[in-house]
Amino acid sequence: MKILVPVKQVPNPDEKVKIKKDGSGIELEGVKMVLNPFCEIAVEEALRMKEKHGGEVVVVTVAGKDAELQVRTALAMGADRAILVETNEELDPAAIASALAKVYEMESPDVVIMGKQAVDDDSNQVGQILAAKLSLPQATFASKVELSEDLKKATVTREVDGGLETIEVELPAIITADLRLNEPRYASLPGIMRAKKKEMKVIPISELGIDTAPKVKVLKLEPPKERAGGVIVGSVQELVEKLKNEAKVL
Amino acid sequence: MRIVLKREEEIFIQTVRKFVKTELEPISAQVEEEDRIPEEIISKMRQLGLFGMSVPEEYGGFGFSVTGQCAVMEEMGRTNACFRTIISTNNGIGVTGLVLAGTPEQKEKYLPKIATGEYITAFALTEPGAGSDAAGIKTSAVRAGDNYVLNGTKQFITNADVASLFSVIAVTDREKKHDGLTMFLVERGTPGFTVGPPEKKMGLRGSHTCELFFDDCRVPAGNVVGGEGKGFRLAMEVLDKGRLIIAASALGAARKLLEMMVEHANQRVAFGKPIGSFQAIQWMIADSAVEIYAMENMIYSAAAEMDEGKKIPHRVAMAKLFATEKACEIADRALQVHGGMGYMKDLPVERFYRDLRLTRIYEGTSEIQRLIIARHCLKKGGEC
Repeated sequence: MKILVPVKQVPNPDEKVKIKKDGSGIELEGVKMVLNPFCEIAVEEALRMKEKHGGEVVVVTVAGKDAELQVRTALAMGADRAILVETNEELDPAAIASALAKVYEMESPDVVIMGKQAVDDDSNQVGQILAAKLSLPQATFASKVELSEDLKKATVTREVDGGLETIEVELPAIITADLRLNEPRYASLPGIMRAKKKEMKVIPISELGIDTAPKVKVLKLEPPKERAGGVIVGSVQELVEKLKNEAKVL
Repeated sequence: MRIVLKREEEIFIQTVRKFVKTELEPISAQVEEEDRIPEEIISKMRQLGLFGMSVPEEYGGFGFSVTGQCAVMEEMGRTNACFRTIISTNNGIGVTGLVLAGTPEQKEKYLPKIATGEYITAFALTEPGAGSDAAGIKTSAVRAGDNYVLNGTKQFITNADVASLFSVIAVTDREKKHDGLTMFLVERGTPGFTVGPPEKKMGLRGSHTCELFFDDCRVPAGNVVGGEGKGFRLAMEVLDKGRLIIAASALGAARKLLEMMVEHANQRVAFGKPIGSFQAIQWMIADSAVEIYAMENMIYSAAAEMDEGKKIPHRVAMAKLFATEKACEIADRALQVHGGMGYMKDLPVERFYRDLRLTRIYEGTSEIQRLIIARHCLKKGGEC
């Protein structure tokens, strides 16, 4: 079976990021980029599917050339080949989904599995838009995925508010991975060396013939308000007074 | 400074960073308490390929540049020092003699096993009466037919309890002094070779150093590395690389200590303000930052020169001397900034303080580094 895994590189979530002076985005200069953690989970799940059912894992990203390192990381984990749809623009989720839909048509995979969202902008839209564009079933927030023996169906357990929901979808489908789906493997040195020889095809986005004009425009980013320091109150009376008149919660 | 890494090295450093954060750091205190690295962690290190970093690609390793190895060791320096010790002893001094001067047969036989971590290696130079003064080495190797017969004792041998292969320096011709020393590969289990129990140390818990005893131990002549009489020069080259790797580990530790210092300085309130707002604390932070910046530049520029094939023992000595001395000072400041809390075992600051102390001693004390630097300057009219 062929498994397509769209991935994204994001700023290292362990680093503090700064917002650009004009508020248009975050300052990426000097920030280390990593593979989005949910994408790693998706790659891992794809590798496990391949290990169980055989086939091929193809990773795809829509990004600048600098994302090659993260794509290579996915190859080092064990993916078989990669496609980099090259663009130097910051695209909105709809445009990314349009590009991925084209790649889907070129590759005709049996299943698409991807992260439920990227930890940078937390859009949580690409999987869903992609499913709509391709008129495919979608199973989002997967915490468990089982494919039927004939690879025609997938049983997916989804994490929903307050519980779990188990659904069945016909393949091909778009599955998006939640945090607890698996623990991704490391890109080991033997894997990294093997990845050197794996194919990474670069396709300029202009060749896909899609409309990349943004439908959503980011107007402004703001950091969260700094928390004011706490105060030590002298008495219960003072506390009640402050809760009533300052915090206005009583 | 801009550190130029191969793409493979860059990807691996991301892996190491994650491994340190999610697997090593969480068990760091436990390892300290139990004085033992769990077997499953060593097995994960094997799978990741950490043991084979410096083994050439044609022997199943990964052929990392010195720069790449330093960058990995810097990341590993950020957690309990025993983790990086097992790796750096292997990649730094354990395997380098074989990589530099081994015969094709020796390389074929051992390097693939070292690359996978099946064989961990150790380097045995120091003796009860000889360390930096290698001319005082007493362990002897006498030719007997196709073998050499080794007799003597080695001391403070890191990794000895887990190593399968030892690079042992012994005297083959006492008259020739330095030129009478030879390096031998000795496998664990060779009759006449025994490893003593782990020593009790000030720190570096989880990593063990032991004595080695050779009692009429017969080693095949085919296990001589680099030829008879070439042991001293080879040992010095081995130490050159090992030293830079120690410096890089000290840099990683120093970075971690500065981060802890800053975090505490921002959080801890005294006299109504975070202590980071006081100049006394700020100066400690500033001095540490300057030293870390200088360390980074010295280490990676020396590494880049080594990668170009230059022989620069004096600069490596400078990097090791400066990085290890300054890392100890930074540990001292970090402890001071943390105050009483820093002295407690609840925080890792005191552990760094103890563990870093060793970096000024092994693979050549700070004084020996100064000797190397001064000799170079004296010989070259002040060139540095």
